[in-house]
Amino acid sequence: MSLFSHFDYWVMIFLAMAGLFIVIARGNLIKKLVGLGIFQTSVYLLYLAPGKIVGGTAPIIDAAFKVYSNPLPHVLILTAIVVGVATLALGLALVVRIREAYGTIEEDELLRHEAPDAGGESRP
Amino acid sequence: METLIVNTLLSLMVVAVVVLARTRNLFAVIVLFGLYSFLMATVMVALDAVDVAMTEAAVGAGISTVLMLGALHLCRSEEAKPAHKPWLPLAVTAATGLVLVYGTLELPAFSDPAAPIHTHVAPRYLEDGPRETGIPNVVTAVLASYRGFDTLGETTVVFTAGAGIIALLRRRRRNSRDGT
Repeated sequence: MSLFSHFDYWVMIFLAMAGLFIVIARGNLIKKLVGLGIFQTSVYLLYLAPGKIVGGTAPIIDAAFKVYSNPLPHVLILTAIVVGVATLALGLALVVRIREAYGTIEEDELLRHEAPDAGGESRP
Repeated sequence: METLIVNTLLSLMVVAVVVLARTRNLFAVIVLFGLYSFLMATVMVALDAVDVAMTEAAVGAGISTVLMLGALHLCRSEEAKPAHKPWLPLAVTAATGLVLVYGTLELPAFSDPAAPIHTHVAPRYLEDGPRETGIPNVVTAVLASYRGFDTLGETTVVFTAGAGIIALLRRRRRNSRDGT
């Protein structure tokens, strides 16, 4: 096992963990959705990279070629991309509604808003 | 050579994500996310996934960026400075990442023709697909022919998301009309 034989897996793991970190650590809801998107695209890589064969070509059958990459992950990820953008759009619509209801999209301020003893008078 | 191209593009994606995580201006974040998606589409071309690359460039880099810019316009927001250093999330993600890296050590190497993924189901589709469906592009053949019902299910998901968005944003318009 050399460095480059597993480099694609490690980059995928780094991207997934960076996305997870943004979702956990950043308070802004739009930034959180960007983190979620990064996590999602890293999974595309996890599926597509093992299907590649160096020296092969895209899976469009022609007599001139013998070696093709695996078409099945491509089909799965095509579906995943479209579903991903649908969920992203729904998430953004929720963010817009939250902003209109509370006037902010920062998690800390939203939690302060939701706390039962919210409001200036009950706090010193 | 192909491996070198893929690895260079992957390294560029790592750089883009690190810069993205550190940027606080949301407009810059969204533009960087578009850049990241285009890099991902380029990696997909290098990985011989041309159909996926086209979809990623159009949907991931195009529509997602437009949707995010629209939401940003409606929210007019700048990310607040975090109150404390994010050591706990950093530790959690680093630990998870290390466990996952440990899990990859047993996986087949990049572009190993003897890996199970290349020897089990795929050859059957590559050999018989064009003859059975009459479509030379195997991805299209699987998507539209063998797995047509999955694609129908996908349309249902997109429809549901669209209905949800309309329900959320319609309420908003009614409220603003009541308010004035």
